[in-house]
Amino acid sequence: MGLQAYLILAAVVFSIGLFGVVTRRNTIGILLGIELMLNSVNINLVAFSRFSGDVTGMIFTVFTICITVVEAALGLSIVILLFRVRRTVTADHMDLLKG
Amino acid sequence: MTGEVVGFWCLSAVLVSSALAVVLTKNLFHAVLWLALALTGTAGVFLLLDAEFLAAVQLLLYAGGIVTVVVFAIVVTEKLIGERLSQTSRHIAGGAVASVALVWLIVSAIMQRPLAATRMPMAGDLTQEIGETVLTRFVLPFELLAVLMLAGLMSAIYFARPED
Repeated sequence: MGLQAYLILAAVVFSIGLFGVVTRRNTIGILLGIELMLNSVNINLVAFSRFSGDVTGMIFTVFTICITVVEAALGLSIVILLFRVRRTVTADHMDLLKG
Repeated sequence: MTGEVVGFWCLSAVLVSSALAVVLTKNLFHAVLWLALALTGTAGVFLLLDAEFLAAVQLLLYAGGIVTVVVFAIVVTEKLIGERLSQTSRHIAGGAVASVALVWLIVSAIMQRPLAATRMPMAGDLTQEIGETVLTRFVLPFELLAVLMLAGLMSAIYFARPED
């Protein structure tokens, strides 16, 4: 399989994640969509790295994986904190800053 | 070569169908389990691309770590709210149009470019090379990453502290 196949696969997974982010009401569901999108970017990085014979892309994949883990932990703790304050996990109800 | 093609199509089918299940399932807990399958499928794609180390990291951190944390969050919020978190969706038509448009845009851009069809040979053991490059050329981003993880960990603990 050429590089194109991997890029198209990553594009499809990214768009599915975008669909999840746009359509989910639940904040945890939105975070799951973001995980899918970040994951597809990793496929792109590893594919480019492998097909160009350069290890840099794989190292950046290690970095993005670590940053994603931090993002998930922080995002979920913010969700739990918001849930304590507002008693909801629905994104539509989090409108404290709405004028 | 043909084994790689078969593996690629099988993994693509698993990855795309489980990703669709993540965004379409009503039950949020099932969505997390489908996400674990999607992340495992991604680890398989990494294996196809000769990145065994990244596949292991993917399984340990993503499929092991993130899924556990998300399950904890769901259990905590469900217990506090006292009812099952059912999942309703909104803007389905708009989201589908945006996603299909994005796929079309990216695929048309990919198709216009001449991209490599064959892999360049990699020198030696990939895992060893990743380790050596991280600790020589990329040592500064690596240490900054450690600081970032510490900051993220501490702020997560701060957010999740018990109410006083």
